[in-house]
Amino acid sequence: MSEHVGYNANPRLRWTESLPWLVAGLAFFLLPEYLSLGARILTFILFALSLDLIIGYAGIITLGHAAFFGLGAYVTGIMSAKLGFHDPIVQLLTSGVVAGLLGLATGAIILRMHGLTQLMLTLAIAALCLEVANKATPITGGADGLSGVVIAPIFGLFAFDMFGKTAYLWCLFLLFIAWWLVRRLIYAPFGVSLTGIRENSLRMHAIGAPVDARLRKVYTLSAVMAGMAGALLTQTNQFVGLNVLGFEPSGELLVMLILGGVGRLYGAFVGPLVFLVAQDFLAKKFPEYWYFGIGLMLVLVVLFARGGILGLIDGWVARFKGKTT
Amino acid sequence: MCGELAFVFYMEAFLSSLVSVAFHGVAYGMILYVISVGLSVTMGLMGFTNLAHGVFAMAGGYVLVTALSQWDVPFPLALLLAFVLVALASVVLERLLYSRLYGAVELEQVLLTIGLIFMSVAVARLIFGTLQQPVVLPEYLKGQFSLLGRDFPAYRVFLILFSASIIATLWFGVERTIWGAKVRAAVDNRAMAQSIGINTRRLFAITFAVGSGLAGLGGALGAEIVAIQPTYPFEQLVYFLIVVSVGGLGSLRGPFVAALLIGITDTACKYWLPQFGAFFIYIATIGLLLWRPSGLFGKRT
Repeated sequence: MSEHVGYNANPRLRWTESLPWLVAGLAFFLLPEYLSLGARILTFILFALSLDLIIGYAGIITLGHAAFFGLGAYVTGIMSAKLGFHDPIVQLLTSGVVAGLLGLATGAIILRMHGLTQLMLTLAIAALCLEVANKATPITGGADGLSGVVIAPIFGLFAFDMFGKTAYLWCLFLLFIAWWLVRRLIYAPFGVSLTGIRENSLRMHAIGAPVDARLRKVYTLSAVMAGMAGALLTQTNQFVGLNVLGFEPSGELLVMLILGGVGRLYGAFVGPLVFLVAQDFLAKKFPEYWYFGIGLMLVLVVLFARGGILGLIDGWVARFKGKTT
Repeated sequence: MCGELAFVFYMEAFLSSLVSVAFHGVAYGMILYVISVGLSVTMGLMGFTNLAHGVFAMAGGYVLVTALSQWDVPFPLALLLAFVLVALASVVLERLLYSRLYGAVELEQVLLTIGLIFMSVAVARLIFGTLQQPVVLPEYLKGQFSLLGRDFPAYRVFLILFSASIIATLWFGVERTIWGAKVRAAVDNRAMAQSIGINTRRLFAITFAVGSGLAGLGGALGAEIVAIQPTYPFEQLVYFLIVVSVGGLGSLRGPFVAALLIGITDTACKYWLPQFGAFFIYIATIGLLLWRPSGLFGKRT
């Protein structure tokens, strides 16, 4: 799938890897009116990164990743609107822990299965979470959503302002930490063994790798990240609705990741950026065409560009280099 | 005396709600089976994870609604049209898209079919709008049908009988004809079936068309129970997949039992415990799959 990442790959930072941060920094100063969209994009990059860990590296296919994202979003929302915990860091950590616990519990079930059964279980667990959120109206607000979310200043210093400056920087800061951790992880032997499990789990068993334990670990880690991304979404929107749970958000997230490129780390950056910017411009004006467009795009990527946008760029770069030398 | 009367009255009410739940549950289960059986066979036969199966059911529903209200076609012909048109459309899709991903990794099949769902949702919304489509039943299927002193909606009675006859035909086809023997051989061992001269590609194309046509027919038959609207393929997908995975891939009997179980449980839950929604269905599915990972009647892997 990708030769760039692996035990043999050079783990040193390349200059291209600073590009996302440069773009994010420039956007903060040059596009102040788009900061709330920017915070949304950063949140979804974090979410996509968590999905890339399990789909791209460990090869676990899930249709229910939004369960963790939604749980994290609701935990933060309920803490703030119902229980009176307004500190963003406490909310973030709690969301991460709760989502991680769900990941640990469901991972124990899901990872023992294969194929359709596994797919079905991820979908059933996500559907179950949606049903709980929908029906437990006194706690979650049901179909009306949960409003009245109040977020205290970060570290007691930086209040969330109406222009979304604090929210943007907060998301950027957390994404940077997550990126650094994930990058360390995938170049470490742990990450390489995940790739090995994806490519041939029988052989990994045969060479004595603790396959099940590794998968459970990465699944839980991914759930924690997704839960934190959900917490960020609640903190920046100050609202939680049912649209964070279920099959549709899971499907849309898959589309973002596939569009960017699976198993390449930065695919999780490019995909949400392109998807959400396009959605912001097109979806409100032409909702039908927008849905048709993402469907068509998915089909085209699967048939003709399996590496996504980054895969295409890699192909062009390789061709260019091949011609010049 | 008064207490006794109240008890009798209460029991009578309970009994009639029990009969009603069982009746509606069976009707719903039959629909689920007619829609999902094609998915079970194609997934068992080619190992193709087709998440877009609900699209065919939705298409069937739209064909029926349009045929009845716009083209003034009689009801039986509209059902036939739903079967034939959806089957034909599925052959085109199969040749153009699905056949490129036979033997590809599961992720790519999942993505392709999710893409198809998104596209079909958009197309449905563009042509028919977001509102659910009303079904105009012919006069002879309206009203009640009384049996043993109870009244049953005539359409549901027709639905159960008609589905039962389709299922009987299908089972006869698979168990007693040469085509069915070939399908069973290919499900059991595709490579071996191919090596003794069975053209599995063509067999699959035909089976796929029949399965999709049945989904279209099921969607059309059930249009009155499961509302036909653009989000149909998203919302119903869980149910179709539950039927197939709980029933077991590649089996005919398994999904039938699973569909009836789900139909009755779902109806009972909606009747007695509406505040829990589909909660119990999901819990039961997860429990069942933990107990038997390859379904009730699936092959042990």
